[in-house]
Order: sequence, then C-alpha cells, then structure tokens
Amino acid sequence: MLDLRIKQRIVAALLIVLFFAGWEVFCIASGMSDLILPRPSEIMVTLWQRFPILWPHILQTLGSTMLGFGLGVVLGVFLGCIIGASRTAYDTVYPLLIGFSSIPKVAIVPILVLWFGSGTVPAVLTSLSICFFPIAVNIATGLATTEPEMEDVLKALGASKLEILWNVGLPRTMPFFFASLKVAITYAFVGTVLAETVASNRGIGNVMMSAASSFNVPLLFAGLFILAGLGVILYAIFSLIEGRVTGWANRKNDFAAA
Amino acid sequence: MSESQTPSLSVAPGTSAPEAGTHRTPAIELSQATVTFGRGKQATPALSSTTLRVQDGEFVALVGPSGCGKSTILRLVSGLLRPTTGAVIVGGREVAARALRVGMAFQNPTMLPWMTIEQNIMLPLKIVQPYKASYRRERKGAFRDKAHALLAQVGLKGFAGKYPWQLSGGMLQRANLCRALIHEPRMLLLDEPFGALDQFTREELWGILQDLWLAHRPTVLLVTHDLREAGFLASRICVMSARPGRILDDSPVDFARPRTVPMTFEPDFVALNQRLREFIVSARAGAAPVEAH
Repeated sequence: MLDLRIKQRIVAALLIVLFFAGWEVFCIASGMSDLILPRPSEIMVTLWQRFPILWPHILQTLGSTMLGFGLGVVLGVFLGCIIGASRTAYDTVYPLLIGFSSIPKVAIVPILVLWFGSGTVPAVLTSLSICFFPIAVNIATGLATTEPEMEDVLKALGASKLEILWNVGLPRTMPFFFASLKVAITYAFVGTVLAETVASNRGIGNVMMSAASSFNVPLLFAGLFILAGLGVILYAIFSLIEGRVTGWANRKNDFAAA
Repeated sequence: MSESQTPSLSVAPGTSAPEAGTHRTPAIELSQATVTFGRGKQATPALSSTTLRVQDGEFVALVGPSGCGKSTILRLVSGLLRPTTGAVIVGGREVAARALRVGMAFQNPTMLPWMTIEQNIMLPLKIVQPYKASYRRERKGAFRDKAHALLAQVGLKGFAGKYPWQLSGGMLQRANLCRALIHEPRMLLLDEPFGALDQFTREELWGILQDLWLAHRPTVLLVTHDLREAGFLASRICVMSARPGRILDDSPVDFARPRTVPMTFEPDFVALNQRLREFIVSARAGAAPVEAH
C-alpha cells in the first residue's frame, strides 16, 4: 500500500522533471530566441543571479497577498454564515455577491487607486475582493447541508441559533471551507499581482512589468516561476492543515494521516 | 434516578396549574390542537382537532397510515411547531421551544462524523443547563462517566472512542438513544427510531429501549408503523386516521414487563395487533377509497 504510494509520487516527480526537460529540449532544438521563450535553465540562472534584488519584491507580494487573503477569509466566512443562516440574506446578498464577483477585477483597480493611491493598499484590496467569493459560497453550501433532524434534536434541547452554528454548522463546513481556501489562496495571488502590475512600484507584478518593457524575458519568466512557486507552497500548506482538521471527511484514506 | 421513579411528584410545584378535572397534571396535553401548513388555497391540513393526554412516565405509541400526522404531533410536543389552533401543554405549561429540553431521536441517527461516539453523546450536555455551566470542567470526569454508563447499558461498552462510521446502523441507533437520554430529560420523543434496521436488530433494540425506559422512566412518545413494536414497548397505543390525522382509538397495553420477543407471538398479543391493524386498514381505505388490493 505504502510502496504503491511512494511509487506514484516518484512517477509524478519524474513527469514534472520531464516536462521541464522537454521544454528545454524544445527551445534548443527549434532555436527559439530567448526573447520569446527562454529555456528553464536560463530562467533559473536569472532567478539565482537576481535573487537579492527580487527578495524584497517577493516579500512585498507575499505580504500583500497574505493580508488580502486573511481579510478575504474573514469577510468570506462572515458572508457565508449570513447567507447560509438566513433566507432573507440568501435572497438579497447572494445576487449582489454574484454580481460583484462577475466584475473583472482589472476594472476595479483604477477605482481603488483613485481612492487609496497606488501601492500596497490597492493590491491588498484587489486580492481580498477576488478571494472572498469562493470562501463565502462554500461556507454557505456547507451550512445548507446540515441535516434537518440534527437541527431538530438541538432545537428541542433549547439550543440557540449560535449554538447550532458553532457545534454543528461550522464543523460541517470545514471540508468545504478548506477546499475553498486552496482555491482562494491562488486567486489572492492573481489579485495582488494584477494590482501591482497596474499600479505599484513594488512587488513581483511590478518587476514583471518593468522586465517586459525592457525585453528582459528571462526575468519576466523568473517572476512567473516565483509566483507559481509561492502558490504551490501555500497550497501545500493548506492541504496539510486540511488533512489534519478535516480528516473525518476523507475516511477512505488513512484517517487523519493525510 | 431515584427522583425519576416518583412520577406523581415530578411536576414542580411552582408551575401554573393546568385546567382542573384530573387529580394529576398530565405530562403532555393536546387539547383540540390542529395544524395546517400554508395559507389560503394552498392550505393543507396536517392534523385535525386532536386531543391527547399522556401521564407522566407513560410510554405511548402513535401508529397509523403513513403521512397521517404522527410526526406532526411529535413536533408539536417538542415545541418545534406551534398548533394552528388549540393548545399544547407540556409539563403544565404552554409549549415554547426554549423551555422543554426534551430528548429526541429520529430514524436517521445523525451522529456528527467529526466527533467520537462519546463526544456525540455528550453534545446535549454542552447545550442544556445545568450541565452546560460545568461542561468544560466535567467533560473528562463525571460527564464522561455518565456517557460510558449509558453506553454500557445499551451494550456499546468499549465503543466510546470510535467514530460513527466505524459503527453499524444498529449500533448508531443505540448511541442515538444514549444521546437522547444523557441529559435525563423528562420526556423522550422517538420518530420511527428503528425504521431503517433489520428485523433482528430491531427486536434487540426494543429490549434495550424497554430497559432504558424501566431504568429512567421518562415519558415517551413513540411514532412507529410497526404494530409489534408498538405492542412490545408501549403502555398505551393511539391509532391515528389518515391525513389530516386524528386519534381513532386509544388502547392500553397491559402485558407484564419486562416483555420479551416470544410474547409478541402469543394469542393475546396477536389479537391486539389484529385489532389495531384493522383500524389502520380502514383508516387507509378512508384516505384512498379507490385503492385496490
């Protein structure tokens, strides 16, 4: 059983390496100019050489993203609880929420810049505005799946709405919540980088923007690699926490060991 | 436990006196209660004028054709639903959801999957006073002992630390009974609790429920469609008509306790079943006159 698992992991790792090797070979074989598609090795070298300069930008992007994500979680959980708990809220807030999330977030960055000036604030707010939606929807869905019998049992005991939410509703939403966190964290990066690209003089988004304008394509790709790497790391962290907290929902795997 | 064996004294002296006429306060009293869902043209009557009295410590079974409003009566008594007209008085007071704290169990055992059996069973203690106040202090002490004692009574000793998915349906239903009883409610409302179980598990659980009732003596309202189950467990059986329901027949069941499964095949018992069955058949015929067999 365990052997199979390790084997699967090794195969997956090999395939990923193969992907980058294929990319490398393709670039060399086709004589691709590094102004169009740089080789992965070239990108890694650029990344290594420029790392001291990139580091503060990485921290800037990571900081804005985490802040936006954190606020997004708070807002998302709050809205999700309201939508899930009350019919009226469902009917009023849900359409508004869907409307808002349908707006391309590029469109709101100029408004945020107008209000708060360029820099960190628009980045945080864009990231917040893009990542709270999946959280709110998933929390609401989780609350809606509470068994009516369970609610009756607790109501008959004299439990308040808050007690039902706390003891049954919220724990039941945890698998939904963590699934949404994994989506939301990647969204949060998109929001931050978007705002940094349009209106900031710091952050990976800004680095990529200036790299593009000076045709430093390897550096541009290095920025993409950094973003992808950060996304993967944070996704992995949340997966790990998810396995610990909501192991009960995945009982077909080794319980609580995932 | 000692206080629960003196049913006649169970109503607190401070509560307002119900209507005169009986020397004892009934634990449950429905007087001409009706329930109608919806309004105007969509109005569907679920319960026609129903009057029912249940004495403290009685075990009453409600039987009848499906959809006849048996569960509606349970929801009225538990305070989850208010009567459209008429009154529902429980423990000498008009029903209000907050004040009752009855134990309930449904066909679906609804154990929370992220909690162990022990934690699931202790859930009511987290919500109901006076246990709530000392829950944090006692959950690893007196409350856990209480949960373990109940589990032992239903034959689930050693399963306290297991998760719900590790137990069979019959075991979950036993745990469900424990959860309904842990806070020592004066009243237990059971809505077809054994409906989803196989015949043998069901008969086994009848015995367990009877033992629990004899030990704790709560007032029990049991909704069931199984006439043998009603006869085995109840001290009184009420037969209901088809929707909108009302009580057609109300018979005491005097077989000696503790009752056993073989007793359910004795002539007296079978005769009782036959009689109830005919009531229900005619009640169903009234609801669906064109139904052919």
